[in-house]
Amino acid sequence: MEILNLLLDGFAIAFEPLNLVVIVLGCAVGLFVGAMPGLGSVNGVAIMLPMTFLVPPTSAIIFLAALYYGAMYGGAISSIMLGIPGASTAVATVFDGRPLAMKGMADKALVAAATASFVGGTISVVLFTLFAPPLAEVALRFGSPEIFALMIMAFATFIGLGGDDIAKTIFSICIGLVMSAVGLDIISGQPRLIFLDLPGFFHGINFLVLAIGIYGIGEILWTLETTKGEVTMSKATVSFRRVIVALKDLRHNVKTMVMGSFLGYFVGILPAAGATPGSLMAYGMAKMIAKEPETYGKGNIDGVVAPEAANNAASTGAMLPMLTLGIPGSPTTAILLGGMVIWGLEPGPLLFVEHKDFVWGLIASLYAANVFALLINLAFIPLFLWVLKMPFTILAPIIFVLCVVGGYAPTQSLHDVWLMLIFGVVGYLMRKLDYPMAPAVLAIVLGPLAEPAMRQSLIISNGSFAIFFTRTIDGVPVSGMIMGIAIALFLLPVVKTLRRKSRPAS
Amino acid sequence: MRPAELIMAVVMAFFSLYLMWKSAELPIGWIPQEGPGGGAFPFWLAAGMLASCGVVIARWFMRASDASRSEEPYMDGPSFRMFLLSAGSLTVMIGLIHIIGVYGAVPLFLIFYMRYMGRHSWITTGAVAGITPVVTFLFFDIALNITLPKGLSVIEEQIFYPLYDILL
Repeated sequence: MEILNLLLDGFAIAFEPLNLVVIVLGCAVGLFVGAMPGLGSVNGVAIMLPMTFLVPPTSAIIFLAALYYGAMYGGAISSIMLGIPGASTAVATVFDGRPLAMKGMADKALVAAATASFVGGTISVVLFTLFAPPLAEVALRFGSPEIFALMIMAFATFIGLGGDDIAKTIFSICIGLVMSAVGLDIISGQPRLIFLDLPGFFHGINFLVLAIGIYGIGEILWTLETTKGEVTMSKATVSFRRVIVALKDLRHNVKTMVMGSFLGYFVGILPAAGATPGSLMAYGMAKMIAKEPETYGKGNIDGVVAPEAANNAASTGAMLPMLTLGIPGSPTTAILLGGMVIWGLEPGPLLFVEHKDFVWGLIASLYAANVFALLINLAFIPLFLWVLKMPFTILAPIIFVLCVVGGYAPTQSLHDVWLMLIFGVVGYLMRKLDYPMAPAVLAIVLGPLAEPAMRQSLIISNGSFAIFFTRTIDGVPVSGMIMGIAIALFLLPVVKTLRRKSRPAS
Repeated sequence: MRPAELIMAVVMAFFSLYLMWKSAELPIGWIPQEGPGGGAFPFWLAAGMLASCGVVIARWFMRASDASRSEEPYMDGPSFRMFLLSAGSLTVMIGLIHIIGVYGAVPLFLIFYMRYMGRHSWITTGAVAGITPVVTFLFFDIALNITLPKGLSVIEEQIFYPLYDILL
């Protein structure tokens, strides 16, 4: 009952005129960003974050959350129409979305994607509403050892479940954490890692500089290389009548939507997983339980519905650990978390006590964003199709300009703009060699929280690392349990390799 | 791809060593009553980076990673040209911001990129190169009160002070 009251209060905040405007704007920008090949929610949130200084913090974060949602909807548009995933989260949508478009059923696929996104989003927000308060209540009792253990687990999931080269993943995590240590030492106040004695390093490296560098400049360089600035689009006939017919036909796909939603939500909660593996797993699961699995990949509407429901559900799932524990569930939520810190809203369980209005306003706005994203998506499909024809050689320089001014705005220092360019170019060159970039962004966001947690814990234990395994809360070794999971995740790739090696022998 | 994998790992290994040396400017051991020294956190993480590079190099010799086995070029000719022109023009634009400011450098960059690389018409190029700085100015300088760099002081005094007088 209390949750219901809080949620109603949240709706009062979400429906304030300014917040309604930012929700609609966020959804529209998100749909656009998501629809553009190569750009996803993470790029949109990173590039747009400095633009939100115009509005109060609650409205700013609501705008970015709506953008996050909108991008999940939008990703399907280019997957279906161009055969290029609008974002990595929409990769699985290409498998059946593209064949449907080639068969002249693009409108059906687009409507299915939008509706599945709505169902996934709605189910996940309900789950979020139910799970978040109890989890925050438990987390309120966490001390620095538990917080540090949680962060280790977040990094361990990248190693255990990330699927990338392990040495390169560890490198990426370490470099992100080292970059977060630049500036002044938090305890002694002494300057640390001031490269070439440049004064710009005294204020540290803002996470946005790295995020915009990698997800703005680096990503555009990547897209320019892969698409060569050219796009080829499928033809689509979209009319109101056809949309209604497509909506009616979707009653046969409800089971897949619900399955995708639940799976996506729970995968989304895991820090390294997020929407991309969530949608791929949902696609795999839908194919596995299908009566005619051979139709998948040839234009089966369930193959569009499952990943689209899952990627929206995962985006909400990723917000659960971010808001309740202060551990982001995806690169996008890592940037949202960094934004919240800038606005003085420290994510974590205390948020549910000290900033109830913000938390419930945000949750309510997710419900609203879901409805608006669906309506905008369905109403403006023809407009998005027109926008998609925009050559990348127009969009790319505009995004470069946005990155430059966006990188300058937070600190008003050209030093940060140069740094952003270096991160963008080096990040792009490293990405070509399979160095994952998401762990570095997560690390630079979590670094300023992880280091004090570790140092405080070690001061309490007088230098003994055993505190991370032995400390108990009400007799329960919470920190030790989390560390146990982290160690298991670290060892998971080793186990996988050993099993793979033993298989041919047997 | 294979030579690039080794070069990147070696460069990053040296960078890790530099970071370790730089971190060691502060104490990296245990300080009684204070806990770990200020340099400990980055020092050991940089050591982790170095170890990771060591593994990448070892796997390169064993041809165990995808990139170390790949015979494909790291960048083909057109990709290299696209990269060089994009990153190069971006570098020039940021360099020009110091001299002629954002509102001088941005239109020049847009004209170069759209006209030379995109081969768009002068009308499209002019429209985008003209509208983008105006929107940026109204949003940042006027609405947000975030003054974007104007370059040399003479530009700010002669062009922007009168504009501020009108708009603010």
